[in-house]
Amino acid sequence: MSAPAIGTTKTAHSDVAPKKKRGPGALATAYLVIYNVVMTAGWLVIAVGLVRAYLVRGSYHGLYFSIEKPLKFFQTGALLEILHCAVGIVPSSVVLTGFQVLSRVFLTWAVTHSVREVQSEDSVLLFVSAWTITEIIRYSFYTFSLLNHLPYLIKWARYTFFLVLYPMGVTGELLTIYAALPYVQKTGLYSVTLPNKYNFSFDYYTFLILTMVSYIPLFPQLYFHMMRQRKKVLAHVEEYKTE
Amino acid sequence: FKHGICTVEILDAKTKDKLCFLDKVEPNATIGEIKSMFHKSHPQWYAARQSIRLDPKGKSLKDEDVLQHLPVGTTATFYFRDLGAQISWVTVFLTEYGGPLLLYLMFYFRVPFIYAPKYDFTTSKHWVVHLACMCHSFHYLKRLLETLFVHRFSHGTMPLRNIFKNCTYYWGFAAWMAYYINHPLYTPPIRYYINHPLYTPPPIYGEQQVRIALIIFLFCQVGNFSIHIALRNLRPPGSKTRKIPYPTKNPFTWIFLLVSCPNYTYELGSWFGFTLMTQCLPVAFFTAVGFIQMTVWAKGKHRSYLKEFRDYPPLRSPILPFVL
Repeated sequence: MSAPAIGTTKTAHSDVAPKKKRGPGALATAYLVIYNVVMTAGWLVIAVGLVRAYLVRGSYHGLYFSIEKPLKFFQTGALLEILHCAVGIVPSSVVLTGFQVLSRVFLTWAVTHSVREVQSEDSVLLFVSAWTITEIIRYSFYTFSLLNHLPYLIKWARYTFFLVLYPMGVTGELLTIYAALPYVQKTGLYSVTLPNKYNFSFDYYTFLILTMVSYIPLFPQLYFHMMRQRKKVLAHVEEYKTE
Repeated sequence: FKHGICTVEILDAKTKDKLCFLDKVEPNATIGEIKSMFHKSHPQWYAARQSIRLDPKGKSLKDEDVLQHLPVGTTATFYFRDLGAQISWVTVFLTEYGGPLLLYLMFYFRVPFIYAPKYDFTTSKHWVVHLACMCHSFHYLKRLLETLFVHRFSHGTMPLRNIFKNCTYYWGFAAWMAYYINHPLYTPPIRYYINHPLYTPPPIYGEQQVRIALIIFLFCQVGNFSIHIALRNLRPPGSKTRKIPYPTKNPFTWIFLLVSCPNYTYELGSWFGFTLMTQCLPVAFFTAVGFIQMTVWAKGKHRSYLKEFRDYPPLRSPILPFVL
């Protein structure tokens, strides 16, 4: 459920009706602007990398390898966002943001990186593209919001593109995990069996299946939450426009 | 100070709708009595789930508060909030603790469908497994008996959803731990002989480890029980008074000199002992999670002691002497 980042809709942006927010100080704002600009740039690099690789090779196949390193770098870098919430410079829930970021990082490292055989799957391209477009919009949204100059187009894109990108990303993620299953089972990746001196066992194969199952209750909740946010945010702007 | 009869109107705290109008209320009526009267006109809201306040966003009034001592005129206006379905603390505790007791025994006796069929109804060959079962069962039996005979509860009830949350935690962890400890492939703490050709340092200390663990466990069980008795004796039956706990003649209570919530300290010690005894990672996890939760509770209790009592002993820490 990582495709577009959700829980961060109530963050330091003036797009919903004005409420009393502490907000970050001047130094924190400057840092956040730099952070969000860097992230926007990073995901643009990934986007450009994907397009160039496609043009060079002439096929959609195996494009993951051309953007593997920046993908890992910038997606892992998003862990900082948990810190931002914990420290309070971004008024989002630590738990929600943590869940979002960790599920992305999990897919990047514990599935795609760890199971070499899935790296050439088309499903990887599916979720990577969804993530890339989402993140470019999301980070530029934050950048402009922090500078108090949010173009309506960016706001509209953020609350509209998810309608397609979210299911697209989820599909890519699920197909990738599914593709990894046979290899995990065969090699016993990240699994611990009995007997051992700590009397513990862990079956990564079963864990992956449970992860896939968890999408069933979680994805609709997140998707409809975003739809409700969309109504609130875009309707509010409509009111101003009709004045 | 009023003579004669009062009237009471109760409004919904959120919608401000008039829910109930009571005339002919005695000035010395308590909030508890008013709740009973409200319950008569709205049978679905029994007293335990009513929150009656002077202000829609204010604190709940206590059942003991008397009408004429409240800042209201001859017609009192109260606001009502539904606390949701309630369940008594005793019921919750009995269910929470009964589950682990029974579940662990099911794993211990290797009831069918848990392990491979050839192990059904067999018992472990390791004596530490029998010891662990006795300790675990003793612990939860003690908790059940304390719930019935020792503890005095400040609140009668808690929200119903808590029982699902709490039972998932206790039952889930009990099953997880019991699965591994009673597993046919369980590995007890073993002593290796240093001259053995397959010796891999560091050695695990086997019988000695289990013996020390048992002593720690029993010591902390007695300690925990002593604290529960001491806390019970602080509060006379039926009352809800709050006093600072102090060490008594029982040496196990002398820890009150250093700690505000020694019941949690001893509880942590018990589970630490059980972890050492079974050398089982899930038990270590359970101990760690319990430690975090109890630390949060201890800090909260410590803070409210400090707020309520000017003369609270300064040397005390919430849960771990000098440290936490």
